Amino acid sequence: MKVDSIVDYVTINIDGQDVDVPKGTNIIEAVKRVGKGKEVPHYCYHPKLSIAGNCRMCMVEMGMPMRDRATGEAILDEDGVQKIGWMPKPTIGCATNAAPGMHIRTSSDMVKESRNGVTEFLLINHPLDCPICDQAGECRLQEFSAEHGRGYSRFIEDKNVKPKRTKLGPRVTLDDERCILCSRCIRFSKEIADDDVLGFVDRGTYSTLTCYPGKELANNYSLNTVDICPVGALTSTDFRFKMRVWFLKRTQSICTESSVGANTEIWSREGKIYRITPRRNDAVNDTWMTDSGRALFKAVEEGDRLTHYTIDGVHKTSAETVVAAAELLKAGKVAIVGSAQSSVEEQFYCKAIAERSDASVALVSHIGEADGILLSEDRTPNLRGALVNGLINTLPSQDLSEVAKQIESGAVDTLLVIHEDVTMLGISAELLKKVKVIYIGLLANDVSEGAAIVIPSLSVFEKDGSFVNQSFRLQRFKAAIPGPRGVVSDFMVLEHIAEALADEKIPSGSIDAAWEFIAQGVSQFADDLRWTRIPEEGIELDPSEFLDLAFVETKNLKYDPVAFKEAQAATAEA
Amino acid sequence: MAKTKVLERKPLTFAEKTFIPQILGGLKTTAKTLFQKNITLQYPEERPAIPDNYRGVPTLVKDPNGREKCVSCQLCEFVCPPKAIRIQPGEIDAEADPDRAHVEKAPKEFDINMLRCIYCGLCQEVCPEEAIFLQDIFTLSGYSREELVNNKQKLYELGGTLPDQHYKWDKKKSAEAKGNAH
Repeated sequence: MKVDSIVDYVTINIDGQDVDVPKGTNIIEAVKRVGKGKEVPHYCYHPKLSIAGNCRMCMVEMGMPMRDRATGEAILDEDGVQKIGWMPKPTIGCATNAAPGMHIRTSSDMVKESRNGVTEFLLINHPLDCPICDQAGECRLQEFSAEHGRGYSRFIEDKNVKPKRTKLGPRVTLDDERCILCSRCIRFSKEIADDDVLGFVDRGTYSTLTCYPGKELANNYSLNTVDICPVGALTSTDFRFKMRVWFLKRTQSICTESSVGANTEIWSREGKIYRITPRRNDAVNDTWMTDSGRALFKAVEEGDRLTHYTIDGVHKTSAETVVAAAELLKAGKVAIVGSAQSSVEEQFYCKAIAERSDASVALVSHIGEADGILLSEDRTPNLRGALVNGLINTLPSQDLSEVAKQIESGAVDTLLVIHEDVTMLGISAELLKKVKVIYIGLLANDVSEGAAIVIPSLSVFEKDGSFVNQSFRLQRFKAAIPGPRGVVSDFMVLEHIAEALADEKIPSGSIDAAWEFIAQGVSQFADDLRWTRIPEEGIELDPSEFLDLAFVETKNLKYDPVAFKEAQAATAEA
Repeated sequence: MAKTKVLERKPLTFAEKTFIPQILGGLKTTAKTLFQKNITLQYPEERPAIPDNYRGVPTLVKDPNGREKCVSCQLCEFVCPPKAIRIQPGEIDAEADPDRAHVEKAPKEFDINMLRCIYCGLCQEVCPEEAIFLQDIFTLSGYSREELVNNKQKLYELGGTLPDQHYKWDKKKSAEAKGNAH
């Protein structure tokens, strides 16, 4: 998929060390490339937003090799090395691009002094309310004040008073006194969310961040402003005063809202999720995600969860349930309603069950309105996974009328339903009574009510697995919190049923053991691919088999169906 | 092997052999203390004076105006080595308590498990609001484990009010009222 473009590199010297960086890289990014935790402190610069250069924190000393103005010849010192002409004053790193031969000092006395000065000025009007500020613990101002602050204030006048506890929108609370006027949120609203409602009013120290009169910050990306706010000015109303961030455990996950598959981080403590934030992946979601995707954990928390394996309404163990389900499936005349919500692993074993019980498989596509950014039309996270797995080879329809017809004609005795509430999709509750239903799902609904066998499933936050997103990128998610007591991971239940159907023992127990079979069985995956070896940023799969399918996604932030096809065709030719 | 040195014992004198000087010496001490003030206390009716820096049971205190000082920043919960402290932070209801709306935050629940507490005093040291103090209570007993988990109400009962003069949040409020208009 990658079009090989030749990147020009320039060599610059950072604190006496030569570094090769791509042309056009600014000094902040260049210093980051040095590694070893080296960083130029900054507030207003954000890699995915335009450069504002207003915080003045990223000051560095810059020098260029000296040349004679008249002749253009290099001026050498006694040792024959070109002299460096250092600028008399420091320059901001975010708006300075690397140029060949450039010399940078990131920790000279002048640089340190300018940082200390900027920090002192920022703290003049900053309220000392870290104890009640939600940003404490992940606050850049707090961190840099510890590093560059003087520990006491020389300011004896009254601090400015600005609006506090302002509701900017349904999900964002603003505290103007804490704002350091970096304008990241303004630039985000304008450039990424395309909803230019924020701005500064008044001048000088009275500058105040506000919303345009009569409007509010209500777009579906408003919580990203909270993420990028370097201080506690913008805070999430939902997460407000819930938990200090240093108690929370971070788990890498994938958003299940749509086929975009935004990379996320789940923040949990003792089995309770407190918030979900985006994780940077330049190929998928940059550093953003939707507000609606962040709230998905609440539906799982508040919903009426299935917590017990039951046969005809009686609680059983998972092993008994697996045996009973296998019996039903062995009897034949089986139809399977699979799910594009399931992970790659679950779909793999679902396919094994379908093959071994000679069943027909139907999936349902869930389509919603897209916003052209990070919410695509396809509201399932893993439709491409079902294609890659071979569970289906055409795109699914939006209802199950085909399956309904089969049930009516008596061609189906047993229906294995995974996740889908089929009563909403063309199979009425009446019709459902004609067949024996095995239901694997998260929440109780009409299907689980009448099902012969109910197998509770785990939510995406409670299990390990992987999804294939809109651009055929295989991405991994990890369990953040434990599921209900006694509930086994879905793929294991499906695996045990598939095993029972073939009367063979597959030694597994871990997701990597399962991947030994998955990597063998699916041609798209390399034979030595394992779940634990899927890198953080995911793996691009080969989509060439499926390019002719009419996927519903239209252009969004990182995916353009037309360009995607062209790029594929170009790679195929080359 | 270390060398051992054998000391020769001094033989007892005749007076010592009779034990009379020793008995008299003992009786002298008895006679002296017989007329002195009592050193022992009739515990538990009488209690000793506890020095100021004593580290007793941790308690929550209110400011001289009887207002809650803790803002549930959870630093004590973080620093507590035996993890005895559990806090559930909450928001001050601006409508129900407009006077304290500017403080914004207060604990909803505050539990200290006294079966875990090791009386180290780190919570008192770390508290940015001076709201938690290890005071002079040193006796603790209960019939069940639950009884020995001090909840917020109990902690305030034990803590009472301490005479500090910071009034940090009052200053904040007066600054707000005064404004710094341009």
